[in-house]
Formats: sequence, structure tokens, C-alpha cells
Amino acid sequence: MIRLENLTKLYGSFVAVDDISLHVPRGVLYGCRGPNGAGKTTTLRMIAGILRPTQGRVLLGGDDVQGNPLGAKMRLGFIPDRPFVYDKLTGAEFLRFVAGLYGQEGDTVERRVAELLEVFELTSWKDELIEAYSHGMRQKLIISSALIPRPECIVVDEPMVGLDPKAARLLKDIFRQFVERGGTVLMSTHTLEVAEAMCDQIAIIQHGKIVAAGTVSDVRRQHQAGDASLEELFLKLTGGAQVRELVEVLGK
Amino acid sequence: MKQPSLAHVLQPKWRTALQRLREERASGGTGKLVFLAIVAGAFWLGVFGILYKILKSLRAVEELGPLIPGKMLGLILLSFISILVLSNIITALSSFFLAKDLDLLVSAPVDWLRLYLAKLGETLLHSSWMVALMAVPILAAYGVVFKGGILFAPYAILAIVPMLILPAVLGSAVTLILVNIFPARRTRDLLSIIALGAAGGVILLFRLIRPEQLARPEGFRNLLDFVILLRGPTSPFLPSEWASQAIMGFLRNEFDPLPLVLLWSTAAAFVTFGALLHRALYTQGFTKAQEGAERFIRGGLWRWTVGSLLGWLPVAKREFVLKDIKLFFRDTTQWSQLILLSVLIVVYLFNIQALPLHRGEPVGFFYVNLVSFLNLGLAGFVLASIAARFIFPAVSLEGRQMWLLRSSPLDLRALLWSKYWVGTVPLLVLGMLLTGLTNALLQVPTFMMILSLATMAALTLAIGALALAFGALYPQFETENAAQIPTSFGGLVFMMATIALLAAVLGSLASAVTTYLRAAWDGQAIGVTPAMIGWFILAAALCAAATIVPLRLALRKMESFEF
Repeated sequence: MIRLENLTKLYGSFVAVDDISLHVPRGVLYGCRGPNGAGKTTTLRMIAGILRPTQGRVLLGGDDVQGNPLGAKMRLGFIPDRPFVYDKLTGAEFLRFVAGLYGQEGDTVERRVAELLEVFELTSWKDELIEAYSHGMRQKLIISSALIPRPECIVVDEPMVGLDPKAARLLKDIFRQFVERGGTVLMSTHTLEVAEAMCDQIAIIQHGKIVAAGTVSDVRRQHQAGDASLEELFLKLTGGAQVRELVEVLGK
Repeated sequence: MKQPSLAHVLQPKWRTALQRLREERASGGTGKLVFLAIVAGAFWLGVFGILYKILKSLRAVEELGPLIPGKMLGLILLSFISILVLSNIITALSSFFLAKDLDLLVSAPVDWLRLYLAKLGETLLHSSWMVALMAVPILAAYGVVFKGGILFAPYAILAIVPMLILPAVLGSAVTLILVNIFPARRTRDLLSIIALGAAGGVILLFRLIRPEQLARPEGFRNLLDFVILLRGPTSPFLPSEWASQAIMGFLRNEFDPLPLVLLWSTAAAFVTFGALLHRALYTQGFTKAQEGAERFIRGGLWRWTVGSLLGWLPVAKREFVLKDIKLFFRDTTQWSQLILLSVLIVVYLFNIQALPLHRGEPVGFFYVNLVSFLNLGLAGFVLASIAARFIFPAVSLEGRQMWLLRSSPLDLRALLWSKYWVGTVPLLVLGMLLTGLTNALLQVPTFMMILSLATMAALTLAIGALALAFGALYPQFETENAAQIPTSFGGLVFMMATIALLAAVLGSLASAVTTYLRAAWDGQAIGVTPAMIGWFILAAALCAAATIVPLRLALRKMESFEF
């Protein structure tokens, strides 16, 4: 379970996240959408304990990320949007290292490392330094690292960036199975099809605030969008009319 | 097509530097600036004061008056040039072949000459700024003692600048040639060869110069031989000698333009030949450097050896220590700095061995103990430089991966703990070896041996903590080369804080050592007095405070990091 209570983040006088409250129960895959700079990544990084909220709090399975950081983080697997990892470790070493950060070691970890590398087709690369990996392979490795400690909640920022179609499909299946077994996933994505096909519920964020939340049909109903596609709905809520004007100007 | 100006090519670098300065100023306010000014001022004054005294007393010696200072300057500049060549070779590898901005610069329509000059400038700046800063109080002392006047300052700059350009061109050219000779990305082999060559070269250089002769005039058959040695150039084809001749000529009011002409014309010729070499070889070398002939690594050795040794540690700490050790030995920009370290230590021990001390009692006894005591300061300084290279960057190097460490249930104390001991244990071993071996070479009595080893152990623990803490207080998360992190603002503050600590600890121990020496000199029974114990406690308290307080501050700072 992930719960955000009046979460606010200021950078100087700039309000990046403005009093967001959100509850993602167990067994739910929740998607965040919003234009660039809306505050999605800042929100996810506060959930992961990388950024400190200016106000409000984040609860992971009942543990406050600021009050009991180690307890809360034991429940969490975080996948950032930019795959920065230790270039001079091999893929297998990196996964073992992450397991160690969660206090896990031994044969169970070795088996899990082998399984995950196999699933993401990285087995033949396991003893190669990460500096030789492509962007997509790094992304796969980071996803594996989030899964290795068997977390209760996964927070993921733009999961599909850099993945080939096969890996993207694999990830969708993994997340689906994860929530069916009682896990919680909160992800941000720009890919409308991903949001529409995968997410049980969505929140649309703009200027640091949630402007719409619920299931896709809930959101349609709330905003009297009829049968509009998610793209139409998104553009309506986030000022897409300007986009169309811009496209016309560029097309001249 | 009109080419962008050199300033434009370098714009991202200087803009980043300016922005960093602005951020430093904004985050620390005036307090930090005042602190920095005081520490920097004290450091410069210290160097200036010591040299001023030496020069003043040497100048008073008849006949030899200006000869010894001239010889000394030649040696100082020669050691600067040796350090610069080595440091430029290593820096050039990063700036010419591994830097992240190269993809952009090489793919843009920037001509080869601009690229060469921009990267040469970058290499020069990164490798030389510390030497240039160190030269300021030294040259100021010469200027004041020899009454150089106001014009001496610009004149000294005129003499020193080409001396910085030459090693930069030479270092870049050597790197360029080696990158072309060796297979792609085999920088490890490349630097090993440079290391062997450099270590041999430096030792040979010092052996040939025989600096100890200067301090032992009685070793010459007569005064004339000594004067001849002093009058003769140390190494007539080295730019350090030209710079020294130019400076001393000016100070003795015997202005001779030849050394300056030699310096500037050689620098110009070097830059021209360097540029031509760059045009001929750079594209090929750069391509080779891009070819990722990556290795498969099992990494089992570390797990079996270090991993087994650390079996008693909690798994998170153990994995962290293992990870840090692996990263260090797999990153050329980090481990290659061991080369500088080994050269430094060989020269250090060689110099101690060459000191003319055992020439009869009781003067010999007094000097041996004095040198052993002062050696604590020097060894402390060496350890501080090493800590700046290896421990100071530890937190910065985690920058890009901080998302992982902060989102995992790793206690930041465990992170700090691992970083501290991974850096401090080798430093401690080195400190003990350096002090123990030096004292053994000097044949010091047991009292000094125990005092030195205990002080060095306490100082090392404090230096390790200071390095880690200043690295956390002034992190460089965006840096692309670990070797450049110590040359940041924070690195400078760390070095100065450490020098202040060394001065305070040695200052508090000085009274105890004086009491001991006086007793030994007077032939009295040597015992530990209550006053001596008091001084020992003060020194220990200083070291303990310099270990605990910085680590606490670092932890607090790391808890506030945001990414």
C-alpha cells in the first residue's frame, strides 16, 4: 500500500508538488500521467526517499518514509527513469550488491539473480561490465534490481523507455502478475497505450496537483469526456489545444 | 565556414566553473569565504615564512650568498616540472580521450586546432593549478628577500607560465602517442608503462642531481669544488633551469633575456609540434579509445579473498566494501593514481636515506630526533594528499547511483562506515610503513619511534575522517573523472584544514619532545613527566575531535542530499 498525505515540494519559491494526497491500495497498478515538468518524477522520488518533502508524508505499507526510512524502504523497489548504475560492476555483481543492501545473500539470492537475468535475457551478459550494456539492457538490469528483494511496492518512473517491444511486453506481464499477487505498483508514464492497457487507476498531474484521478472511465465521467480516448482526455485536461496550434504553426 | 572561437569551445567548462562558484557562495555565505581566506592565508604565510627565514640566513653567507638560493629554486622548479609531466600525462588521457564532451566536440564542425588548444588548456589547468598556487608564496619569498620590487610579480609569471605549458604539451603528446600504439581502451597497460618509466625517471633524476651534496659542503675536497657545483647549472637543458636562471638573474639585477627567450620560444615550438602531432594522430587515437574491447570479469577472486575476510560484517556493509574495492581497481582514473603515490613514496624514503645526519654525537642525536619529529608533519602531508586523491572523492563518486542507495534500506551510517574504513585502513598501513621505515632509516630511539607511530595512527584516523567529511560537504556529483574531484574547492579546503590539524597536533607535541631532547642532551634520566602526558592528551583529543566531528557533520549533510 502506498499513501501520500498532503505531499508538497518546493524548490525555492517554485512549487513542484502541491499538496498531493493519494492512496494506492494493495493489488492495484496505479499510473501517473502529466506533461513534462508536472511534478511526477519529484513525487516518485519523494516516495522513494530520495527527495525530502517540504510538507506532508509518504507511507509505504504503514511505515513513514521519513519517520522509519529503513522499514519503509525494505518494502520498496524503485526504478528510476535514468539508468545510472555502477559501470565497473558486472550485471550479476550489481544484482548481488542490491540484494546485499536489503540484507539478503546466499543461495536464494544466487538463484534469484540467475532467474531474473534469464527472464530479461541478460544471462550471456552477466559477467560483462555494465559499461558495455546498451541503454535498454541497463534498464532491464535496473528493473531486475528492483525485483530482486521481492518488494511489496514498486515505484517506477517511465518503465518503457529504452525497452524493445518484447521486453516491454514482458514488463507489462511481470507488473500484472505482481499486482495480482497482492503487490502495489505506482508508475509514471507518457505512453498512453501503456496507461490505458495496464493501469487499474490513473492520476493526471499538472502544475504539481492532481487534476483528475480514478479509473479511466471514472475520469471520463468526471470530465464529461464521453467516449473520448485517453489521449483526447489528457490533452483536454492539460491544455492540449496549444499543442494543436503549435503543430499547425510548424506545419506551415 | 567560420570556426567558433576558442572561448566558445571552452564555454561549457568556464560557465560550469562560474556556476559552481556561485553555488558555493550561495550555499555557504560569507562565513565559508572568510574561513577559506584564513586557512589559505595561513598556509601561504607558513610556506612564505619558512622559506623567507631560510633565504634570509643563506643570503647572509658570504660568497655563497645568492648561489644556494638559486640552486634551491632550480631544484624546486625541477620537482614541479617532474610532477607536472606525470600529472599531465594522466590528465590528458581523460581530457583528450575519455571526457564526455568529446562526442559533441568531435561530431561538431570544430577544427582540429581549436579542439587541441581547448583540450590542452583544460589539461594544463587541471594538472597545474595546485603547483601554480604553491609557487606563489615561494616566489614571493624570493622576491621579498632579494628585493625584487613590484615588477618582480609580472616577471615571475612571465617566467613560470611557459614552464607550465611545456609539461602540458609533453604530457598530452606522450598520451597521444601511447593511445595510438596500444590497443583500444588498454589504458591500464598504458599507464603501467608510464608508471614504471616515471618512477624510474624520477628516482634517476634525484640520484643524478644529488641534492644532499648541497647540505654537505665538507664532502667536497675544497670550497672551490662546492662553489663550482653551485655555479654550474643543475640540468642545462631543462626549462626549470631556464626559469630559475631568469628569476635569479632578475633578482640579482643581472637581467639576461636569454632564459626567457629560451622558455617562450621552446613553449611556442612545443605547442606547434604538439598541434601537428595532434592533427596527424588524434582521429585515429580517438577512434581506438572508443572501441569498447570490454572484458568478461568473473570477480570471484574478490569475493573469495576480501569477501571471506569480511564474513563477520553485516551483508550490506560487506557488499558495500566489496563493491568499493572492485570499482577502485576497475577504474583506470582511480587506480592509476597509485602510480603517483608509489613514485612519491620511493622519492620520500630515498630522500630521508640521503640526509646527512649521522656525523657524530650528540649533534647527530639531536638532528635525528628533530627530523623524525618534523617527518610526522611531512608524512602527515603526504597522507593528506593521498586521502585527497582516494578518500575525498568517495561520496562524490556515488552521485549518479545515489537513487539506489537512498531508495534502498541501506543506513547512511553503514555507507559512511564502509567508505571510511575502505579508505582509512590502507592509509593507516601506509602511514605506519612510512613512519616506521623513516624512523628505522634514521635509527631513532624507542621513545621517538613509539611517539611517531602513535601520533601517525591518530593523525591518519583523523585525516581519513576529514577527507571523507569534506568530500561529503563539498560533493562533485556531476564530475566525469575521479582524478579531477580532489582539485575542486572542497579539496582545497580539506588540504588546508588538514594542514591546520597537523600544525595543531605537532605544536602540542613539540613541548613534550623538547623536554625529552633537553633531558637527553643534558645526559639526564629520560622519563615521562606529567606535563608531557598533558601534551599527549591534548594531541590525542585534537585527533579524536578531528575524527568524530567531521564524520557526524558528513552524516548530517548526506541525510540532506536530494537528487
